[in-house]
Amino acid sequence: MVIDKHPMDDWLRKDRIPHIWCPSCGIGIVATCYIDALRASGIDRDKATVISGIGCTGRIPGYMNLDSFHTTHGRALPFATGIKLANPELNVTILSGDGDLFAIGGNHFIHAARRNIDLTVICVNNFTYGMTGGQVAPTTPMKAISATSPYGNFEHPFNLVHVASAAGAIYVARWTTLHVRRLRNAILEAMTKRGFSFIEVISPCPTSYARSNKLGTGLDIMRFYQQRSVIRHGFDPAKTDITMSSEIIVGKFVDSEKPTFTDNYEEYCKKLKENK
Amino acid sequence: MHGEFFMNGDIACAEGGISGGCRLFAGYPITPATEIAERMSQRLPKIGGVFIQMEDEIASMNCILGASWGGVKSMTATSGPGFSLMMENLGLGVITETPCVLVDVQRGSPSTGLPTLVGQADMMQARWGSHGDYEIIAISPWSPQEAYDFTIKAFNLSEKYRTPVLVMTDEAVGHMTEKVTILPEDKIVLEPRRKPPLPPDKFKLYSYDEKNIPWAPNAGDGYRIHVTGLTHDERGYPVVNAETQNKLVRRLVNKIRLNEKEIADYKGFYMDDDPEIVIVSYGITARPSLSVVRRLRKKGMKIGLLKLNVVWPFPEDVIRKIASIATSMFTVENNLGQVSIEVERVNFGRCPCFQIGHAGGEIHSPEEIIKEIEVSLKNGHR
Amino acid sequence: MMHYQIRVSGFGGQGIILAGYIIGKGASIYDRSNVSFTQSYGPEARGGACSSQVIISSEEIDYPHVTDPDAVIIMSQAAYARYGKNLKPGTFLLTDSDLVKVDPEDLVNIKHFSIQATKFSEDLGKKIVANIVMLGFFTGITEMVSREGMLKAIESTVPSKMFDINKTAFEKGLQEAEKAKVAV
Ligand SMILES: Cc1ncc(C[n+]2csc(CCOP(=O)(O)OP(=O)(O)O)c2C)c(N)n1
Repeated sequence: MVIDKHPMDDWLRKDRIPHIWCPSCGIGIVATCYIDALRASGIDRDKATVISGIGCTGRIPGYMNLDSFHTTHGRALPFATGIKLANPELNVTILSGDGDLFAIGGNHFIHAARRNIDLTVICVNNFTYGMTGGQVAPTTPMKAISATSPYGNFEHPFNLVHVASAAGAIYVARWTTLHVRRLRNAILEAMTKRGFSFIEVISPCPTSYARSNKLGTGLDIMRFYQQRSVIRHGFDPAKTDITMSSEIIVGKFVDSEKPTFTDNYEEYCKKLKENK
Repeated sequence: MHGEFFMNGDIACAEGGISGGCRLFAGYPITPATEIAERMSQRLPKIGGVFIQMEDEIASMNCILGASWGGVKSMTATSGPGFSLMMENLGLGVITETPCVLVDVQRGSPSTGLPTLVGQADMMQARWGSHGDYEIIAISPWSPQEAYDFTIKAFNLSEKYRTPVLVMTDEAVGHMTEKVTILPEDKIVLEPRRKPPLPPDKFKLYSYDEKNIPWAPNAGDGYRIHVTGLTHDERGYPVVNAETQNKLVRRLVNKIRLNEKEIADYKGFYMDDDPEIVIVSYGITARPSLSVVRRLRKKGMKIGLLKLNVVWPFPEDVIRKIASIATSMFTVENNLGQVSIEVERVNFGRCPCFQIGHAGGEIHSPEEIIKEIEVSLKNGHR
Repeated sequence: MMHYQIRVSGFGGQGIILAGYIIGKGASIYDRSNVSFTQSYGPEARGGACSSQVIISSEEIDYPHVTDPDAVIIMSQAAYARYGKNLKPGTFLLTDSDLVKVDPEDLVNIKHFSIQATKFSEDLGKKIVANIVMLGFFTGITEMVSREGMLKAIESTVPSKMFDINKTAFEKGLQEAEKAKVAV
């Protein structure tokens, strides 16, 4: 049997394939999970908007046959804030790297979470700056080797789910690219939930991080995720640090409700009209 | 809200934004631009608009770009330190051809400089501040009335040419109060968004007309657009090679440069008799300059003033024409040599050119301008 | 041709900026003259010697700053030291007599009038309307802005609940001006 149409074909900009990602990179899995979740969500695809900053992960929107914006390094969130406030009907998802969202874009991240803008943020955490060739990132574990920590990283890393929950995200989860079904379901849950949702996806960078830290092939990394991952729903995000030798605690850590920026703003405007 | 009001330039600028169609303002407080944000925070929630105070000016600039693609006319306002932070994503606005308005209420600088006092030293930053080759539109009001009128104009230019437009005002105009006539909505002509002339299956995002200007849908219109800050082809797809770069960057530049005459806006005072001495000035500094021209005219000197309303793109033709008739030209501005460099470049040795600068903190007094004119005329070029 | 340069000065919190604003608004919106109003900003406006300037003209105003005032209102000693000296002959100098001690040497060829603006405002039960008493005095003495224009400017500027007391304050200033003019 000859298959001449991939089930994703209609969702991708086929004329842009082949993509730029390395063999056994995890970013493609995340992109697939997003599209799968979007299809399942019943959201009108013409109201779905994907936005990224710069980096390998930042290239995801460019391959999706959706309204898509590839902004500058670190700035996806304020851009997304603008688009969402301009048209609250849009279902806006940010797909970007750990460096993009938490180093250069760290301030924007905590403030978008604080405001509870109705956005879904999917962060591909490969523990490094993939696009620029594997430099140390705010997520790089202690002792890990990178292009700019050649003798082992000595900076304390961020625990992204802890940062997100502390900053006020109403949905916080972590999965790896091994957990495809759970990741897809988490994205579906996050994108249909009102408020600022955050999903961290632990993902292999076979070319940089895995190589410099001798983690083996793509398959080896999947095996590594399988051995190290422990599902702990509802676990305290403060206790989910990832080190070179620790377990990788995954699961849904936060699932709460609070009014969004738009809810509060509409209420505020309504009161003004009443008092007029 | 319309009629005559006694208001300062900052508030007039905010009102101009609202009259110009602005329905999202994102900003970060900074003297002497804060009053614009404050006014917007009072007004926008009452007229169905959005006001948001962002975490910094980088975010503010990005937020208005996003809002513009979300289908809402948007604006931010800042002063020097924040203007520097906006430069990165001003470039994103330029390359993605995003209509929006950025107001810089210039103050004394560099760095924190003189927060509460005037300057005009961001003019070259306005022209070149983001990295790369590009052209920009920058307009400069000299009064609260013009702060109102020019902000409307900025919105219209930004939609017409699909580009960020800069309103280069300053602390003196921002904090000066004069009568401002605010027009009723039905008297204001607004440039509509250039929506795609073709349906989604036939439309390419960065196809363009004979003036090099593209069209664009909003996010959510069903066009499934891709917008990127990478060099891109007509479909909007990243194509990183010299050929695509050449085509894109030249078009971005030409979109402004080749339409310069259409964008140009200047006003001559006492220019009808082809004066021997011509002052070129803009914004607040054109006011003491006009005072000088009036005083020297009374003394019989053949002197005139060319006030630039649009400073960028630079009105080369009119400067060239003046340079070939006048016997000397003076650029009066509140910096130590910025727009004067352009005047000299275009003048190209046709007549002696002088700059009458100021380091900032106060506007030129007419007396000091007159003194410098007299000294320069006597000594010639140093 | 009419061209007046006016300076209002005192310390931060006395409503110096507001007083200048009201003069400007009255002249601009209601008397339909050309007006430029400027003010001191920053720390200066919050304490120390603070000032606001108004230019009223029948012509289009180019240079917007006051250089040679035709009328100076002074409500503090520090402001007097800064703005009350070396005035050109014929200038109106209006001071709050309880707050400003003038030097007779400064008054040669100057039209000096003083009023207990702050005391009168205290008598009215609202110290913050001292500036408005002063505005009434200024209007009556100099006639640079019409009374109607000033009253309309006050009405459209102060909170409506406060209009009555401001109107009373303004009228008190006007009455004192009449008395002062007779006294000269
Ligand atoms: C202002 C700015 N600084 C630096 C860069 C260079 N740069 C491009 S991508 C990147 C880091 C990408 O790392 P990450 O966000 O983790 O994404 P990944 O590539 O790993 O998916 C950097 C530093 C840039 N584009 N812009």
